[in-house]
Amino acid sequence: MKNAAPLLEVSNLHTHFFTKSGTVKAVDGVNFEISPGETLGIVGESGSGKSMTAMSILGLVPSPPGRIVDGNIHFKGDNLLHKSPKQMRKIRGKEIAMIFQDPMSSLNPVFTIEKQMMETILAHENISKKQAKARILELLDLVGIPEPQKRLKSFPHEFSGGMRQRVMIAMALSCNPSLLIADEPTTALDVTIQAQILELLKRMQRELDMAIIMITHDLGVVAEVCDRVMVMYAGKPAEFSDTNNLFDNGKHPYTQGLMNSIPNITADKQQLKAIEGVPPDLHDLPDGCSFAPRCNHVMETCLSTDPELRKVGQNHQVRCLLYENYSTKAVET
Amino acid sequence: MSSLLEVKNIKKHFPLKNNQLFSKEKHVLKAVDGISFSVKKGETLGLVGESGCGKSTAGRVILKLLEASDGEILFKGNDITHVRGEEMRKLRKEMQIIFQDPYASLNPRKTIEQTIIEPMKIFNVPRNERNKKLERLLDVVGLQSHHKHRYPHEFSGGQRQRIGIARALALDPELVICDEPVSALDVSIQAQVINLMEDLQKEFDLTYIFIAHDLSVVHHISDRVLVMYLGEIVEIGDVHDVYQDAKHPYTQALLSAVPEADPHHEKKRIILQGDLPSPANPPQGCKFHTRCSLAEEVCRAEKPALKQVSTSGQMAACHFAKEVVG
Repeated sequence: MKNAAPLLEVSNLHTHFFTKSGTVKAVDGVNFEISPGETLGIVGESGSGKSMTAMSILGLVPSPPGRIVDGNIHFKGDNLLHKSPKQMRKIRGKEIAMIFQDPMSSLNPVFTIEKQMMETILAHENISKKQAKARILELLDLVGIPEPQKRLKSFPHEFSGGMRQRVMIAMALSCNPSLLIADEPTTALDVTIQAQILELLKRMQRELDMAIIMITHDLGVVAEVCDRVMVMYAGKPAEFSDTNNLFDNGKHPYTQGLMNSIPNITADKQQLKAIEGVPPDLHDLPDGCSFAPRCNHVMETCLSTDPELRKVGQNHQVRCLLYENYSTKAVET
Repeated sequence: MSSLLEVKNIKKHFPLKNNQLFSKEKHVLKAVDGISFSVKKGETLGLVGESGCGKSTAGRVILKLLEASDGEILFKGNDITHVRGEEMRKLRKEMQIIFQDPYASLNPRKTIEQTIIEPMKIFNVPRNERNKKLERLLDVVGLQSHHKHRYPHEFSGGQRQRIGIARALALDPELVICDEPVSALDVSIQAQVINLMEDLQKEFDLTYIFIAHDLSVVHHISDRVLVMYLGEIVEIGDVHDVYQDAKHPYTQALLSAVPEADPHHEKKRIILQGDLPSPANPPQGCKFHTRCSLAEEVCRAEKPALKQVSTSGQMAACHFAKEVVG
């Protein structure tokens, strides 16, 4: 852990959607902080609120029907929720950049990549077109696009999936952001290309000392790149821990369930231990713990009491009633 | 055990549009370019490779959803390569497919009952038997009887995949081709569907050809595995042998690229440079030489043959793999 002041501090974030069929609590009480140069993983299934957490940070919650109803997001000491749309536009792309899962639908198909990258840079920096072009060439080279000079005038469809993701990364890095939010950046890619992209992200992070929030459902990717992990379930953090500790000593039944349900490439074959049931409908969350209907350690009280996030070790928090009486002995030592 | 399916040197070439107005030159895309293997009854053969390597096309050629350009397909010892019409219709009963996208592969305007009964209607299964079968299928794939009147949009992704599986099993097929059946599902649901497929295999004595790009899933479910690169087999063998001791540099790179859910395990990673070359214009010689760290002159000039590389029957197509006769 670094001692520096956190770069980003999200506290008590609640993002709700007000739809005809009721209120959906997409993000319901999320707290975390991230320091420069650190990688935080956010893991969860579809609908767990991991992408919406990122959208809230960027001020991109579709509104209506969505709204941040409570909480604070402090970035470099300023509360992002008090910024005007115009001020946010200055921050997005410059201070905080984002890369998305599907590079094809996040690049504009009718402009060359030179034009798109130029637009980003000129929007944020006061430099000439010539300087901007030099920067673009440097960036494309940095992310490993062969012969960048030749590829400047290419359109997104002329690139392969992995190359497009590289262009996206180059674009995200074009203004030297201090925070990069990567939303499933390798999910659409083949493993060989995924390995290249993860390697590239790690290298860029070292060179630019940037913080990364890595949103993914792949625990393999988490083990590979993240320093700390937040596991989310139904809009709430279920467990928060250092990566090593999470894999050795995951406490929440959902975390344990996830670990057991991925086939291991080295171990011998055993029947997979699947988590029964399906993720809950966010329109109609159960009373008590949202994971209770699928949990194999469920107790009477779980059905009525929604647990709080509880500290069970250094940098390790769990939201589960099993550990209700855990804190007294373990944490103090 | 005898082979249920045997394919010999099948090829599937797609003609490409000619962009030059007066040129007579014809270009073809060799999606599958001469692959041979056999599948025994009751086993699972995993088919892996990067996107564009021809694994799905191979699956479709075997099912005869696409006509092979060349080669032979033997099913239960009969040549089915050129079977048509009524005979083909009968054959369809024996081979089924489960698709990747459970959202796109179910008709949104049909109830689950209609979807699962449809194949039985086509094959004139008597009415009372149909209903019995429907109940049984819903039960084995873990859906409830009252679900049958619902439409696909009322189900989650995992449940839809269960419906797709029930439909594939409606006619008691022998061979089921699974084309990325779990890659669209969440991790916790993925495990449920994999377990279900394994249980069904035992219960109905099914033979699977399991096409996937997720190497850990393939490792889990397969008995043997076949690795493809640009339309050709680069390695084939018992899943344990291939994963523990891959002989082809491409298989080695592919396996080393899988991120492992264990932060303590530092493994040596072979990062492949560049992308898959275009299958419309594959490299000469060994197709992998452009990305291979071992590549030498011979690889650029000469195409390596698939040869036996271990006593247990593992085969690899690489000039540098040692041939083992046994």
